[in-house]
Amino acid sequence: MKRFTHWSPRYLFSRVLLYGAAILFAVWVLAPLYLIALAAFSRRQAIYVYPKPLLPLDFSTDTMTFFVTSTGVLSSVSNSIIVALATIVLGLLLGAPAGYALARFQFRGRDLFQIALLVTKMFPIAILSIPLAVSFIQFGLYDTLLGVVLIHTAMALPFVVLVTRSVFFGVPHELEEAAMTLGCTRWQAFLRVALPLALPGLAAAAIFTFMISWNEVFAATILTVQNRTLPAQVLTQLNDSPIYYRYAGGFFMIAPALVFIFIIRRYLLNLWGPMGK
Amino acid sequence: MANIRFESVRKVFGKVVAVNDVSLEIKDGEFMVLLGPSGCGKTTLLRCLAGLERVDGGRVFIGDRDVTDLPPRDRKIAMVFQSYAVFPHLTVFDNIAFGLKMQNRPRDEIKRRVEESARLLELTELLGRYPAQLSGGQRQRVAVARAIVMQAAVLLMDEPLSNLDALLRLQMRAELKRLHQEIRATTIYVTHDQVEALSLGERIAVMQNGRIVQCDAPMKIYDYPANKFVGGFIGTPPMNFLSGIVHVNGGGTTVIVGESHIVPAPAIAPALAAKNGQPILLGIRPENLTLVPSQQANTIRARVRVIEPLGSHKLLTVQVGNEISKVSVAPDERVALDDEVWLHVDPEKIRWMDASTGEVIH
Repeated sequence: MKRFTHWSPRYLFSRVLLYGAAILFAVWVLAPLYLIALAAFSRRQAIYVYPKPLLPLDFSTDTMTFFVTSTGVLSSVSNSIIVALATIVLGLLLGAPAGYALARFQFRGRDLFQIALLVTKMFPIAILSIPLAVSFIQFGLYDTLLGVVLIHTAMALPFVVLVTRSVFFGVPHELEEAAMTLGCTRWQAFLRVALPLALPGLAAAAIFTFMISWNEVFAATILTVQNRTLPAQVLTQLNDSPIYYRYAGGFFMIAPALVFIFIIRRYLLNLWGPMGK
Repeated sequence: MANIRFESVRKVFGKVVAVNDVSLEIKDGEFMVLLGPSGCGKTTLLRCLAGLERVDGGRVFIGDRDVTDLPPRDRKIAMVFQSYAVFPHLTVFDNIAFGLKMQNRPRDEIKRRVEESARLLELTELLGRYPAQLSGGQRQRVAVARAIVMQAAVLLMDEPLSNLDALLRLQMRAELKRLHQEIRATTIYVTHDQVEALSLGERIAVMQNGRIVQCDAPMKIYDYPANKFVGGFIGTPPMNFLSGIVHVNGGGTTVIVGESHIVPAPAIAPALAAKNGQPILLGIRPENLTLVPSQQANTIRARVRVIEPLGSHKLLTVQVGNEISKVSVAPDERVALDDEVWLHVDPEKIRWMDASTGEVIH
């Protein structure tokens, strides 16, 4: 038999391949982020320099400052955050119970419901936009954050339901039954046992929802005029801006999302030490 | 008082009748084992008692209370699950304290009772750990501690040992027996392992296809199985079944097995005589067959096919006519492969069964 020691060439080769692939993927993701950040924090002329310097030799916050202080940007950021957080809350409030029901109970129409969830994703929002705008005007929801929250929630719900379904599927039902024999009502058993165990998965669902809402342009652009979310604002404003502002805007869209993911990432990891296999 | 009474309890899943009109009474403080192959309805019956399944018919009583429509929390039961169902996000202490906290017990009482039951199950050193840091056996003990700390009058156990390795299972079996002698809670224990059932139960209810086929003390079940199924399910190796023909000749009744004649015990002879000329089954435990050097009364001729030395005894597989039997003999018994041997059987030890229904003939 061939021995497979730590320093055998085969072992080294496989390590090199693994790390090579990992680095490739990391660069794939990070390089555009870096280039955008570089352009956003350089002086305006730097964008036209060729060949481009890959180090921030020409550091300046001018472009960023100008972008951030221009009208509508800061308020659109706060709009975006409010909308995203409200979408998370509403989406989980509506979607998680559905996911729980799909994971726990056998009921008539269960499979149909799951397929219907996916079918809604096949329906292009562009077709819905005009009727939506019309109804939103009728309901007084047009150009309000609530309107955007509702439409974002509707877009995120299928994801939330399917993700939470598998999350609750991973929490053994017997744990809740055990809690019920120990004096819990069904609801208490859910709150005290299933929910804490589902938290990492729910955090993942929250991240998805955040990204859907944060990046959503189309509905937000059509349904608002004054109360724009950041992508809608950036889209309309930067359409007629010079290229260096577009970099500043791009960076400004990425940064809060990164911060949000870094914060919530903790909950994806195990909260209570190493879990079993 | 916590005697338990099932009155024609019925549970149906779709088209499958899991529990079929079961009536059973369990005495206060008794250790009752529900035994049967998988799918026989034993776990479903237990879950009906726990309140985790709603019955489709019949009533369930704990003490004098009709608990049929009560949720689990109002039934004053404690349960140990097959998967242990230990809460992974709580420490051992918080796991055991969970039920007491739900009852809003004072903090010092919780601490005292948790430590008490942790001591009983030798978990004192592990109280601060999380379940992921425990071995399977330790997790199992946490599950038991969490149940007994409730001091419920009724303790339910659903195959609590089936996920442990063989050695640990042997240990915990004795532990559970000691624990029951200490706390004397009315206990219902579900298992498919007949050795567990024999060793733990004060009574065993053997289930098959959603019904209880026999309910009696372990040795009664072992010695006097009600039918072929029970005899074949209990005992390692199970009971042997040989076919014979009843033959009434003058005043005497004999049963012909192969070329041999067996004279049944006088008490059973009249019942057998009624089946003159009909086929019949003889149920004989392997240890009730003895090797004798030559043909005598009540011997059966057989040929040795396999010899398995098992330390404390030797297990022989013998061929009687076209049928196979197991014989348990002393480890120093001189016997060789393909030997022709004579097996003696005490007629008192034979269970006679109807060849078509498998029911015991009285």
